Amino acid sequence: MTRRFLVAASGLLVFAVAPLLLPTYQVSVATQVLIFAMLAMAVDILAGFAGRTSLGHGALFGVSAYVTVYWVAVEGGSPWVGVILGVLAATALAAVFALLAIRTSGVYFLLLTLALGMVVWGVCLRWSTVTGGENGLRGAIRPAGLAGQIPFYYAVLAVAAVAGFAAYRFVNSPFGLTLRGIRDGESRMRSLGYNVPLHLFIAFTLSGTLAGTAGALSALFNEFVSPATVSLAQSVQALLMAIVGGIGTLAGAVLGAGVIITLENTVSAYTERWPTVMGSMFVLLMIFAPEGILGSSRALLLRRRQSTPERPNP
Amino acid sequence: MNGLNLFGLLNGLTFAALLFVVAAGFTLIFGLLRIVNLAHGALYLLGGYTGFAVASRAGFAAGIVAAMLVVGLVGAGLQAGLLRFVRGYELRQVLLTLGVAFILNDLGLLVWGGDTFTVPIPAALQGATVVAGVYYPKYRLFVLTLGAAVFVLLWLLLNRTRLGALIRAGVDDAETTEAMGVNIQRVFLLTFALGATLAGLGGVVGGAFLTLYPGADSEILVFSLAVVIIGGRGSLAGAAVGAVLVGLLNSFGQVLFPELAYFVIFGPMAAILAFRPLGLFGRAA
Repeated sequence: MTRRFLVAASGLLVFAVAPLLLPTYQVSVATQVLIFAMLAMAVDILAGFAGRTSLGHGALFGVSAYVTVYWVAVEGGSPWVGVILGVLAATALAAVFALLAIRTSGVYFLLLTLALGMVVWGVCLRWSTVTGGENGLRGAIRPAGLAGQIPFYYAVLAVAAVAGFAAYRFVNSPFGLTLRGIRDGESRMRSLGYNVPLHLFIAFTLSGTLAGTAGALSALFNEFVSPATVSLAQSVQALLMAIVGGIGTLAGAVLGAGVIITLENTVSAYTERWPTVMGSMFVLLMIFAPEGILGSSRALLLRRRQSTPERPNP
Repeated sequence: MNGLNLFGLLNGLTFAALLFVVAAGFTLIFGLLRIVNLAHGALYLLGGYTGFAVASRAGFAAGIVAAMLVVGLVGAGLQAGLLRFVRGYELRQVLLTLGVAFILNDLGLLVWGGDTFTVPIPAALQGATVVAGVYYPKYRLFVLTLGAAVFVLLWLLLNRTRLGALIRAGVDDAETTEAMGVNIQRVFLLTFALGATLAGLGGVVGGAFLTLYPGADSEILVFSLAVVIIGGRGSLAGAAVGAVLVGLLNSFGQVLFPELAYFVIFGPMAAILAFRPLGLFGRAA
């Protein structure tokens, strides 16, 4: 517990002093890292703790971004209300996804969330009277107090810290332990009298709230949203971050987001072939290190302690 | 039934025929190998681009043969070169094919760019003909015939040949089949190559009336997913029923709700899942 507290506190400290040392461009990269860390955490809550790998979280993220931008740029509403509406929209959509998907598990769950996410993408692309079609929506939507790069960074950091703490408490609560029980032995939990579908429904919906929070912040960050924001690539990237860091370790989501965003920015400076790099990473990770960075090092530590490593399926 | 509705019906059926060709390959691989091949859409697009490149120089038939060969080989390479390292891990397999899909699509973008291509069709299939009082493009009727032919051939392959018997046995119980002395890995490889070949065929045929562009892969992949989710894993009849359902819904949805057509096909999918999570013809693994 104290060790975990130290890790979290030092992580927070690093993010808190980063803008004092980094140039402006790097601060915007760090902002992205925080936003995507929240999305990767949302994916990890389901994949790592409930054993349900989702490929639909990009859609939840993107819908929240669409609603936020639409509310502020088209309806002329307040950005604060826009963010709340965005998060609510993502939560509601997650509840719908959950109702359909919680009966399935394994690859079926993955396929279903993928298909549902693609529907959202298709609607965002074609419903051009509302979503602006391929051009997306754009507008100066950041609240006046957060217009600058640095204040906005600290606002995102505050939200991410609260969200991270909430997610940590969530997965370590009795509810979270039940989720892990479902991950490891669904029929056993059923026969012990746990309401498995209800637990999964709540976990999925809350995970959607977190993904929506990330989406609303990304809308404020980019002041722009397009079908690419809800695309499959977005879901894939979030899952990749969670896997790179290590499935089932919330801190891994932050680490994974840091690695992937930094890598994307570095690679994009040299070549346009980022999808190839991302795809190759996926292939290599799946073959050589499906447990990710934290998962692998944890397994290594455990092996050194002469006990059997615990490996949740990615 | 007036002319417009007949037109919509034919459009739906021809799209269904294409979907069947693509989804049959997907469901074969899914049914036998338990692999959800998310690179299937990318293989379709690769087939389309290959077919376009060859058909522009050597004719439509050569384009079809080349695309089937190339995509079949790429599929075999994917199974033998990459997927065998993660054998037995369902989710790792899926995510690996997803990575491959990103690589293939990005390479497609690198070679062919972001332009839209249409596979050239022979003169005999150009123009329209009269069907029950409406003018209808000959090429789309050809696609309809092709879909039916593929269904019959696959049915014969699965039900009347030794390989088909092995595939069916593998779908039911791969371990027992292997224990009976069958080299199941070779059956897996052949099935994967066959499934990929069908994606390649679909790419050329579809590329001639739906056109080819970056992103066409994920559209066809989602339609195939819907077909397989509705029809059930590994079922040829399920793929056919699912394809017709999705094709018709898509065709009429586009007329009735042009902006939300994508949404329309997923309503029934959700309804079916609520009652039969494994699809209409699906069986528990």
